[in-house]
Amino acid sequence: MDIFDILGPIMVGPSSSHTAGAARIGQMARALLGSQPVKARIHLHGSFAETGAGHGTDRALVGGLLGMKPDDLRIPFAFDEAEKVGLDYEIDTVELRDAHPNTALLEVWDGSGKQLQMQAASLGGGRIVVTQLDGIAVNFTGSYNTLLIRNQDEYGAVAAVTGQLSRMRINVANMSLCRHKRGGDALMVIETDQHLRPLQVDTLRRISGILSVTYYDKEEEENASFDTVDR
Amino acid sequence: MLRSIQWIVDESEKTGKLFWEVVLEDDTEERQVSRHESMAQMLTIWSAMQEAADSYTGTRRSVSGLVGGDGLKMRQYNLRGKNLAGDYVGEVIAEALSMAESNACMRRIVAAPTAGACGVLPAVLLPLYYREELSQQQVLEALYVASGIGAVIAHRASIAGASGGCQAEIGTASAMAAGALVALRGGNARAIAHAVSITLKNLMGLVCDPVAGLVEVPCVKRNVIGAMNAVSAADMALAGIESRIGVDEVVDAMGEVGRRMPMELRETALGGLAATPTGQAVKARMAQGKAADMLEKQ
Ligand code: SF4
Repeated sequence: MDIFDILGPIMVGPSSSHTAGAARIGQMARALLGSQPVKARIHLHGSFAETGAGHGTDRALVGGLLGMKPDDLRIPFAFDEAEKVGLDYEIDTVELRDAHPNTALLEVWDGSGKQLQMQAASLGGGRIVVTQLDGIAVNFTGSYNTLLIRNQDEYGAVAAVTGQLSRMRINVANMSLCRHKRGGDALMVIETDQHLRPLQVDTLRRISGILSVTYYDKEEEENASFDTVDR
Repeated sequence: MLRSIQWIVDESEKTGKLFWEVVLEDDTEERQVSRHESMAQMLTIWSAMQEAADSYTGTRRSVSGLVGGDGLKMRQYNLRGKNLAGDYVGEVIAEALSMAESNACMRRIVAAPTAGACGVLPAVLLPLYYREELSQQQVLEALYVASGIGAVIAHRASIAGASGGCQAEIGTASAMAAGALVALRGGNARAIAHAVSITLKNLMGLVCDPVAGLVEVPCVKRNVIGAMNAVSAADMALAGIESRIGVDEVVDAMGEVGRRMPMELRETALGGLAATPTGQAVKARMAQGKAADMLEKQ
C-alpha cells in the first residue's frame, strides 16, 4: 500500500468497500457498455445484499451507472437522478457461487438494445475487480487503461493485436485471453500503460477477425494546482 | 516501501532528514513521481479534508437514522464556555464527531486510513491549523508523517476492522494523528515513534462491533477517543515520556491481537454492541427494508 492508499480515497461515505467501490463498479459497467444505460438490473451478493441499503451500496451502484465517481456529491440522491435521466433500474439480492462477499452482478442495456452483463467485486479501499463479463471469467481492475477485444478464436488474432499495439508504442502491462470453447469467440483483456486515442482504438477494430473492441480509459487523478512550495 | 517505523527513525538520525522527508522520498521512489507531484497530491488530500469539514451542517441524518447532529450539539455546548476539555480539545471532539457523521451521512470525506476512522486525523489538525495559523507546508509535512505511520501499520499489522478489529482502524488513525501532532510541534523522529507506541498501546484490543454492520454506532464516537488519545500521547511524547516497548514491536503486537480476535468481533456485527438487544433490534428494522430515508435534500 502506498501512502495515498492510507490517506484516501476522497469519497462519499460511509464505506470504501460498500460505497466507493460500488460506485466504481457502476462506472465500469457504464464505461464497458459505452453509453448511458437506460435499463439496469442490479443483483447484490453477500455483504452487499445484507448491509447494502444501510451503506448506500444501491445508490452508489446506480450513481456509477449514471457516470458518478466515488467522490460525486450526488451519490446520496442517485435514485432521483436516475428518474430524471430515465434510467429504469431494479435492485434485488442473489446468491452467487464462489463469489467475494462484496459482489454485484449487473445487467445493463443501452438505448439501442445493446446488453452487457458484468460481475464485479469490491476489494476495500475503493478498489474493484471485474470477475465476469457476459458469462466469460475475466480478471481486471480498471487501475490500468484496459482494452477488451472480442475476436474469433483463430490463429494469429492475438499476434495481430499485440503487433499493432507495439507499432503504436503502447506498452502492454498485463494481458489475458479468455474463451468459451476452442474455436468460438474469445475475449482478450489487455491492460496498457499508455492511454489510447480514439483513432488508435479504431485501428484495432479494423484488424481482421476482431469482432468488437471496448476501451476503458483510466481517469487521471486531478490534483490541486501546486506551484508555490517545492523544496 | 515503508516497513518499519524504527527504520524511519534510524534513517532520520543517520541523514539528518526529518521524519516527513523520509516518507516523502520513499513515496517518490515507490511510485516513480517527483516531489512536486507527490506534494500536489497531498495538497489535494488536505484541501478535501478542509472542504469536508466546511460541508458539515449538522442537519443530515444517516440512512438508518442512527447518527447525525452530535457534532453540532458539541459545538453549541463548547460555545457556552463551560466545557471540561478546554478550547482546543473541545474543538477536537466536535470535529471528530462532525467528520465521522459526515461519512455516515454520505457526505464527501477522506479515508484516513479508512472511511470509518476518517474523523480522527482532521479532528486534531484542523483546530490547530486555524487557531495557530499554521502554514500549508507545515500541515503537508504532518500529513506525510501520518501517512508514513499508516503505511507501516498496514504492512506489519492491519488497518481494516474486518481483519484486525477497531484497534486496527481507529487505533491506526489515532497513531497517525499523534505522529502528525508531534511533528507539528517540532518533535523529532524518536518522539514521533514514542507517540505512535503510546497511542497504539492505549487502544489495543478494541473490537469492531458496528450495529447492523453500519459504520455508525459505535464508530462515530470512537473517532473522538481516537483523536483524544492522539492528543494525550503527543503531549506525553513531547514531554519526553517514552514507551518502554519499541514501536515496531507494539505494531506487531497489535497485529497479533487482531489475528487472535474472534470473528464475531471483527466487523461481522455478531458480537459486542452489535449483539446487544438494541443492536439486534436495529438490525431487524434494517432487514425489513425500513431504512428510514432521512437524508435531507440539499
Ligand atoms: S467499530 Fe468497526 S466499523 Fe466502526 S470504526 Fe471501529 S473498526 Fe470501523
